[in-house]
Amino acid sequence: MNTIPGRRIIISLFLVFLLLPIYWLVNMSFKTNNEIVSTMTLWPHQPTLANYMRIFTDESWYSGYINSLKYVIINTVISILVALPAAYAFSRYRFLGDKHLFFWLLSNRMAPAAVYALPFFNLYSAIGLFDTPWAVALAHCIFNIPLAVWILEGFVSSVPREIDETAFLDGYSFPRFFVKILVPLIASGIGVAAFFCFMFSWVELLLARTLTSVDAKPISAVMTRTVSAAGMDWGLLAAAGVLTIIPGALVIWFVRNYIARGFALGRV
Amino acid sequence: MDKTINNKAWFLVLPVFLLVAFSAILPLMTVVNYSMQDTFGNNQFFWNGVGWFKELLDPSTDLGGRFLASLWRNLIFSGVILSLEVPLGILVALSMPRGGWTVALCLVVLALPLLIPWNVVGTIWQIFGREDIGLLGYALNRAGISYNYVSNNLDAWFTVILMDVWHWTSLVALLCYAGLKSIPDAYYQAAQIDGASRWAVFTAIQLPKMHRVLLIAVLLRFMDSFMIYTEPFVVTGGGPGNSTTFISIELVKIALGQFDLGKAAALSLVYNLIILIVCWVFYTIMTNAGAERRPVEGGAQ
Repeated sequence: MNTIPGRRIIISLFLVFLLLPIYWLVNMSFKTNNEIVSTMTLWPHQPTLANYMRIFTDESWYSGYINSLKYVIINTVISILVALPAAYAFSRYRFLGDKHLFFWLLSNRMAPAAVYALPFFNLYSAIGLFDTPWAVALAHCIFNIPLAVWILEGFVSSVPREIDETAFLDGYSFPRFFVKILVPLIASGIGVAAFFCFMFSWVELLLARTLTSVDAKPISAVMTRTVSAAGMDWGLLAAAGVLTIIPGALVIWFVRNYIARGFALGRV
Repeated sequence: MDKTINNKAWFLVLPVFLLVAFSAILPLMTVVNYSMQDTFGNNQFFWNGVGWFKELLDPSTDLGGRFLASLWRNLIFSGVILSLEVPLGILVALSMPRGGWTVALCLVVLALPLLIPWNVVGTIWQIFGREDIGLLGYALNRAGISYNYVSNNLDAWFTVILMDVWHWTSLVALLCYAGLKSIPDAYYQAAQIDGASRWAVFTAIQLPKMHRVLLIAVLLRFMDSFMIYTEPFVVTGGGPGNSTTFISIELVKIALGQFDLGKAAALSLVYNLIILIVCWVFYTIMTNAGAERRPVEGGAQ
């Protein structure tokens, strides 16, 4: 009753459509450049790990991954820590300007990164954070904190108020209630919010590239190096691309049971 | 659920406020400052008032023409991808398996494109669409359809739209799936007793229940497609000619390419204002819908 005819075919076709371009990238990453350019092969006929070996042995390549992970993790931790109390406040209390504040936060999630690229460059150069993971982490807060507040507010609202009241009657102080009772109750929500912060920080390129030059260069910026005088190094580019997919795929696997609810921002 | 009035709650919100204000208000002030000034280089600025804004909103000037053209392109792009992704997303959500390990598999594959860095998404499609080394381009040309996204406007648009459908339909599908999951079985049983048709179940039960999540989906998809930059930039670089130059690409060209700070800043502010207005409209609709529906949903869970 709650499904539609031909659903197996529809979902299978869609999944194939999603996987085909990714397969093509993986396929290319195991080929030599000679094979890529000279023939059209559906799978690597002379499989090689040379492309991956180059990335793992060249510091300028693998440091790109480490830099990216650094700012993504810093950003996720900051976003969740500051968003938790705010989400509680928005969920439980009315206060002066609460609706306007919530809308203002939301509007920052929607602000185009292109608008902020240049001012951020000036700002972070002025305070000496340019080309550090902190600059990118703080810059990504502009869209991740509002998102984290939005998601967590939905999850906090699903916890009945009676639990707060009982805890306070039992003599819990506010910080103790927060850490001992509320946080465990919305643990899955925190996981989902962290997942989203990770995701949006990981996939963003424009700000990350603008705010770094040498020391903190993210992998997405390093990838542009594959264009050289000798032409494109397609195999290397593909291998680098495949490696950027893996962290995301790992994270999805851990949150797969909460993912649908998370995408609805805890609001279903 | 009545909320208690407590202005001390501001202390809980303060860290968020300070952090976001630091990243949002300070840079925005810089933009406002630039938008009123002109420079001949050497960091010497002089007052230009609303000159840039006048130029921007006058389509007969170079800046105004470029702004208007990229705005139109972007609106058409957003319209097309929304009209493709929303129905397709609903269809995929309705087609999800009912239980077992296939659900987890489908969810993971669906979420996969969302976790790929945007420039890698661009790279994937740049490769996939090439006629010499890409499966799509090669297959199309082999099938006798001339396809080249580097030189043909229509092919470039086709590639960019297909890429966006590939990249983001999953978001709509996952949101709708979450909405569908929240429908209690009793609703379907009641419909079965009433002898409701498949279509009636969809329009009377499933669609109303997906209403809220669909709003979120449309909001997110509109906003993100309206500020799209990285993916089309990697694939087409805004070309051929200017045919896929969306607003963000035009903005970065003016700001970082030509270093016309005044023009770029004026464009940024108008761009931000459009987004703010659209965002406000959606937000109002969403909170109103929430106020109406909340008691019903609370009872159902």
